[in-house]
Amino acid sequence: MDETILLAHGSGGTLSHELVEKEFLSFLANPALNKLDDSAIFEASGRLAFTTDSYVVNPIFFPGGDIGRLAVCGTVNDLAMSGARPLYLSLSAIIEEGLLINELRQVVQSVKEAAEEADVSIIAGDTKVVGRGQADKLFLSTSGIGMVAPGVDISGANARTGDKILLSGTVGDHGIAIMSQREGLRFAIDLESDCAPLNKLVSRMLEASSRIHCLRDPTRGGLATTLNELARQSMVGMVVEEACIPVSDEVRAACELLGLDPLHIANEGKLVAVVDPADADRLLAVMRHDHYGRDAAIIGEVTGQHLGKVVMKTSLGPSRIVDMLSGELLPRIC
Amino acid sequence: MKFIDEYRDSRLARGLANRIAQRSTRKITLMEFCGGHTHAILKHGIRQMVPEAVEMRSGPGCPVCVTATADLDKAIALSRLPDVIIATFGDMMRVPGSYSSLQQSKAAGADIRVVYSTMDALELAKANYGRPVIFVGIGFETTAPTIAAAILAARREGIKNFYVLSLGKLTPPVMKALLDADGLRLDGIVCPGHVSVIIGSRPYEFIARDYRVACVISGFEPLDILLSIDKLVEQIEHDRPAVEIAYARGVKPAGNEKAREIMENVFEVADARWRGIGTIPASGLKIRTEYERFDADKAFPVGPEQPLREPEGCRCGDVIRGSAKPVECNLFGKACTPETPVGPCMVSGEGACAAYHQYGLPENLQTL
Repeated sequence: MDETILLAHGSGGTLSHELVEKEFLSFLANPALNKLDDSAIFEASGRLAFTTDSYVVNPIFFPGGDIGRLAVCGTVNDLAMSGARPLYLSLSAIIEEGLLINELRQVVQSVKEAAEEADVSIIAGDTKVVGRGQADKLFLSTSGIGMVAPGVDISGANARTGDKILLSGTVGDHGIAIMSQREGLRFAIDLESDCAPLNKLVSRMLEASSRIHCLRDPTRGGLATTLNELARQSMVGMVVEEACIPVSDEVRAACELLGLDPLHIANEGKLVAVVDPADADRLLAVMRHDHYGRDAAIIGEVTGQHLGKVVMKTSLGPSRIVDMLSGELLPRIC
Repeated sequence: MKFIDEYRDSRLARGLANRIAQRSTRKITLMEFCGGHTHAILKHGIRQMVPEAVEMRSGPGCPVCVTATADLDKAIALSRLPDVIIATFGDMMRVPGSYSSLQQSKAAGADIRVVYSTMDALELAKANYGRPVIFVGIGFETTAPTIAAAILAARREGIKNFYVLSLGKLTPPVMKALLDADGLRLDGIVCPGHVSVIIGSRPYEFIARDYRVACVISGFEPLDILLSIDKLVEQIEHDRPAVEIAYARGVKPAGNEKAREIMENVFEVADARWRGIGTIPASGLKIRTEYERFDADKAFPVGPEQPLREPEGCRCGDVIRGSAKPVECNLFGKACTPETPVGPCMVSGEGACAAYHQYGLPENLQTL
């Protein structure tokens, strides 16, 4: 019989120790974590960035990733979007009784691989086991610490009139890939989640230009929501061109079928950059050189009109508002 | 051939827009019956491509919007019965009833599941043997055959815990009711695409013949809609009202006889209450006696728990009838937004208010 997680794995006793050592430490080992002290201790000086996020995706395995990869990439990307170089992560797991240990192992293996790719260490962690029905298989939570280099000043409030808006690639891949796997909605589609750590792409961009004003990853709520957030935070208007926004044929077809807007669908490996127009072309070239920015495009610009709103020039020519996603469009996706 | 780009070609679209402008010599009023058309018109900016003399009004073609508050209250009351599972399309969740919504009822402990099709509701019944699963059966002729098919499948497979709250509605009778009503003077109707796939073009013939109102059946892509407007303007300018199909890849004059047969096998035509319009004779679908064991009305008779209450100041009824535009409602964009909807037209993915709010530019909302 397949080994499963038991409530006893959360008792704090022998089984708990075994779980931590066999299923977590053996994958994620590093000097700070190996000590198993109550806190990890590390050296740091300068400006630090600190963030936290929880992951409750259903299903926990999906084309192009799983909840483990998502939990690392999400937090790494949140740090990167502040212009920080991610260093350390914590990982906390709430496990539902009955989860297959094999599945947990696969998830932790993904955590390890994503952390290696992003060049971060998991230096603190915790596990809890809850009864059947009290969680949905596995919930993960990660917090992250990163260093912000001197002079880097990136904020959602920094967009200025005339700035160009860059997008690192196709939108909607993650949300549609997840939806295609859901009970009751399953459909065949050749599409993977874009789930990826973007910190190396961001560090190349920061090397190439000191005039990046805003960075944000359009996760839940999609590109539309991110652009609206930036427009409101900076009190500027934005104009984007529908024809310039990369959307894969698969996502477009699925969205047409389901009556969704690709601009409202979640991404987990894309970023929006608002940059000084003088540096836009150089940054576009740098982004396109990176694997995770290969489909990057300049999608629009910041204007002094219709402050706080985003307007899209449709491919037919006329303009319309791009609104934030309102309500719950979709089941849990990240 | 991807069946998307072909219908969004900007050069062809501009060509059609120019032709409409050339044809148009006087002020006319068109109604796009379907909420799906309203959304496409605003989303692609089609309104801005058509001359101002061609006024566009949204119609009642939004199943969630036309569901009467009393019927929504009934669904909410059903959700509170012990052991019952309610299966519904997602848009219904957030529509405010007299005192609550399905969403609030769910938060208070009712078991309400969002499904994407009636067949999913049937699967839910199979997976929850012993608990009644009630599907909130809203929709027009497009949805009715699928609900009928689910009931037939339930009977075939001997599933005893599957029920339908039948709220299905028919398109031609409501069109007649709108044309008979005082106030709104229509010159042409952009007729529904998906409904017409089922019913064909013949049921609209009385509109052109008796009311002298132009009818063109349209698809939902920008070029489909522009072509339909072009044909409507042409008919109106030449005073030759007729029923035309501008969606030939989906609609045949006779419609889909097989789907209608399934629908007529399970349902009979009955009077139905519509939000904002009231009861329209022979405009709804009732489950036939032969299938009454699947009829939630028969199996779970629930009376109104409290007196009916319509949201104060909400003009969804006027919007559904085409006699008011969303922006003419005092609540639009203020008390009523997609986050805090007062009426169904602001909730539904096919609601006119939602479309205006989602896509309308502030500077030209008034002229839309």
